[in-house]
Amino acid sequence: MHASSAKPRSFQEIILRLQSYWASKGCAMLQPYDMEVGAGTFHPATTLRALGARPWAAAYVQPSRRPTDGRYGENPNRLQHYYQYQVLIKPSPPDLQALYLGSLEAIGIDMAMHDIRFVEDDWESPTLGAWGLGWEVWCDGMEVSQFTYFQQVGGHDCSPVSGELTYGLERLAMYVLGVDHVMDMPFNDPDAPIPLSYGDVFRQTEQEYSRWNFDIANTEVLQRHFEEAEAECEAILDQEDVDPKTGRRIIMAHPAYDQCIKASHLFNLLDARGVISVTERQAYIGRVRTLAKRCADAFVQTDAATV
Amino acid sequence: MPDLLIELFSEEIPARMQARAAEDLKSRVTDGLVEAGLTYAGAAAFATPRRLTLAVEGLSERSPTLREERRGPRVDAPEKAIEGFLRGAGLSRDQLESREEKKGTFFFAVVEKPGREAPDIVADVLETVIRNFPWPKSMRWGSGSLRWVRPLHRILCILTDEAGAQTVPLEIDGIVAGDTTEGHRFMAPDAFSVTSFEDYEAKLKRAKVILNPSERAETIWQEATNMAFASGLEVVEDRGLLAEVAGLVEWPVVLMGEIDEAFLGLPPEVLQTSMKEHQKFFSVRAPQTGRIERFVTVANRETADHGATILAGNQKVLSARLADAKFFWENDLRTVDRQGMKAWTDRLADVTFHAKLGSQAERINRIAALAREIAPFVGAKPDLAEEAARIAKADLASEMVYEFPELQGVMGTYYARAAGHDDAVAAACAEHYSPLGPSDDVPTAPISVAVALADKLDTLTGFWAIDEKPTGSKDPFALRRAALGVIRLVLVNDLRLHLDRLIDAQVLRHQIDAKADAAELRDELLAEIAKHGVFGSAVRTVVERAKASAPAWIEKITNHDSDLSEDLLSFVHDRLKIHLRDEGIRHDVIDACLSRNEHAPDDANVGKDDLTLLVKRARALSDVLGTDDGENLVQGFKRANNILAQAEEKDGVEYSFGADVKFAESAEEKALFAALDAAEARIAPAMKQEDFASAMEAMAALRGPIDAFFEAVQVNDENEVLRRNRLNLLSRIRQICLGVADLTSIEG
Repeated sequence: MHASSAKPRSFQEIILRLQSYWASKGCAMLQPYDMEVGAGTFHPATTLRALGARPWAAAYVQPSRRPTDGRYGENPNRLQHYYQYQVLIKPSPPDLQALYLGSLEAIGIDMAMHDIRFVEDDWESPTLGAWGLGWEVWCDGMEVSQFTYFQQVGGHDCSPVSGELTYGLERLAMYVLGVDHVMDMPFNDPDAPIPLSYGDVFRQTEQEYSRWNFDIANTEVLQRHFEEAEAECEAILDQEDVDPKTGRRIIMAHPAYDQCIKASHLFNLLDARGVISVTERQAYIGRVRTLAKRCADAFVQTDAATV
Repeated sequence: MPDLLIELFSEEIPARMQARAAEDLKSRVTDGLVEAGLTYAGAAAFATPRRLTLAVEGLSERSPTLREERRGPRVDAPEKAIEGFLRGAGLSRDQLESREEKKGTFFFAVVEKPGREAPDIVADVLETVIRNFPWPKSMRWGSGSLRWVRPLHRILCILTDEAGAQTVPLEIDGIVAGDTTEGHRFMAPDAFSVTSFEDYEAKLKRAKVILNPSERAETIWQEATNMAFASGLEVVEDRGLLAEVAGLVEWPVVLMGEIDEAFLGLPPEVLQTSMKEHQKFFSVRAPQTGRIERFVTVANRETADHGATILAGNQKVLSARLADAKFFWENDLRTVDRQGMKAWTDRLADVTFHAKLGSQAERINRIAALAREIAPFVGAKPDLAEEAARIAKADLASEMVYEFPELQGVMGTYYARAAGHDDAVAAACAEHYSPLGPSDDVPTAPISVAVALADKLDTLTGFWAIDEKPTGSKDPFALRRAALGVIRLVLVNDLRLHLDRLIDAQVLRHQIDAKADAAELRDELLAEIAKHGVFGSAVRTVVERAKASAPAWIEKITNHDSDLSEDLLSFVHDRLKIHLRDEGIRHDVIDACLSRNEHAPDDANVGKDDLTLLVKRARALSDVLGTDDGENLVQGFKRANNILAQAEEKDGVEYSFGADVKFAESAEEKALFAALDAAEARIAPAMKQEDFASAMEAMAALRGPIDAFFEAVQVNDENEVLRRNRLNLLSRIRQICLGVADLTSIEG
């Protein structure tokens, strides 16, 4: 533990420390999901695996996109593309708070010098038909994580209950590293032969995507893609459980869920383009939720969900 | 007499739920104990972020033994009946007594319900309370099925008497009650055992936990104000925030920090809202300028550097937040600079207000039209009132209000000023939402009043028109608040409005499609209705003219049913009664001023729609009823009215005219004639001048003569001439009094 109690020096070192910490606590180290998502929760390793009776413990980094948060790389901590670190353990262990605090120590937050607080923040995802109770965790007044006990996902009661931790990596790292602007944050070791800042890696893309998200993205195309993803999701779930070719029972919850994720992201893009009115917004969210619920219904029928 | 100590130790309880939860724990446990036959001397409950604690003093050691006697069947009853009785009593035949009574010999069962020991009762009660606790939201965790606000970790439950402490035997879903707890999460995390409440509270304090929430709040407030004072500043008081912050810490450590110079130019409301909502900071201002210059934050621990790291962190977070706020502020100002408020009002066309009531833009058009019509009655220029109404909600589309909805209106005022609107017009953006509650300030600036009234009346008429009225406890659109807002706006500003006309006009505006044809004619007609009512002669003229061009909406006006408006007006009257109740004016007094009795003179001033007049009259009536004369006058009036009513029913006529003093026999009767003449002479002009106090006083002066009359004179005299003359005299009493108020409505 001595090495890790020294202050980390880069963004990536914080990620690596979280990885080794949660690996040491028995979590499977998964990789990011290979699709555009708004948050780490959308990864099927969280959304779907929180369902059903099978125990689960996984952690992963998830690149996340929130088109409306784009600020052309100028805001000190708002980004349209950022990283979340996600931990999901089912059933939630009784010492989850202590485990979580251990992870903060692992990335160099000295509990004796900082003020850590658990402030009520109930989590709800209208698009996923999911909710849970928990907190946002504050370190010296800054929200560093979201801590949630999942109660429902896709309209299904979670039993057992999963404990979910979500770390906003950039913000957390900026704080630990003492950086004021995200673009100034060292991405790799500052003493590396080629030191790279967060800005070196992402400033260009933040500008490009901010422009595209807000002003260029073709809303008709996005709209069409949304409809297509929705139709495909429904079509997949409408298939018979038994695959006529192999004769096996193969419920395609994951391919269907991919389309649900797609629809959700397309909705976010349309929202950023400002073409969705308040009433339409509710309708879109409702449509995505319907997909998420059907995916959840399908997943709980699979072998992955049942003991 | 043992004392009971309970602590339910969990993960962090939401601050907003703590106080209520402590109260619920107290009432549910003590109620349960009492119901089970125990008594106690006193109880107190406390909450911290991680614990709910209840201390009960002087609990009885056991519940009393209860002896119950039951009479069974006769000894010679069929075997089956006796067996049934035995089963019910849980006894065998030899345990029964037989007693001789008048009707025969009966079996008797004497059942003794032995008292129970306090620990058993406490265990039962506490388990029931935990399993049925009324959390606003509760959850499950792990693989268990128990519900609590957040995972429950420990139950401390001990009974303490002279002999020492005893743990109450209890286990709930694997949590075994004990005598241990733990201290502050970071500063003193070790577990320790306790023997009594005093021991518990003292050890907690040593373990860096202040148990009592009011002590924590007090500490925070004291230290914050001292710190601010030392720098020549003052803390902006916020009791809600104080209670919340006290619920977020077990060991409050107050820290004061500076706000970066770059942000001091933001409007104070923005600084305050951003700091409060996001950071739970108190604002600290310079008393002379009112400028917010610093903040106070409350940490949950002491540190070796006396909070320097914590404060620096908080300051950094604040700067990032305020950078965001500044970004919105500057963007909004740029927008206003380029396009004025129109940039936003245009966008409101796409924002739905309510599925059946159209977009925000349509709503604003309606409010603007009504504000224009109200303007002359409140001393505002119609053009300015309309201008204000058109921009009053524009800020709903601004970036700042999107981020901080609670700044609606306030931002509008800043932006309207920046856009070059008149100050009074700009002020209406913030003020037209008021009053929001019974104690909120009421706007008095004429333009703000016009827009505020128009806004609230539009909301009320709209939801009335689509039949979404409040029912029982359900009032999702805050219509009661809107009605109270109308009432307070009228009363505080002493406005003389015909509410029914405004309501009729606005109901029609809702019913006629916003995109109706012949719009100019429609506007003219609605303005005329707002001014002179649906029955005004000018309205008829315009309707005739409109018929010529036959717009589709004309039927809406010719078929206008005023029931809807009447119903809404009586809803307003109901809110008025509740509002005046706090002033000590009874509802029946208001009813007496609202209802017009069939026997009242034609010119009885009713004025149901003129709230100012109505209240003035109700106050005067209430005052006079508070006097001895007034109270007795009502009795005298009722007596006269009853005698009259009976006689009228019997005789099948209405006694109204012709009382002649020449038939008066006694001095008392003659005196009453004189008194009525005098009262009439005073009341009529006083009513006309709305001098209700004088009218009421003149009426109350009748008390003596009326009482004396009834004392001395028999109304139903055998002489029919005398009887009729007296009945006609009584009818004068009735008529004069009813001209002032419908005294038949007065209770008692």
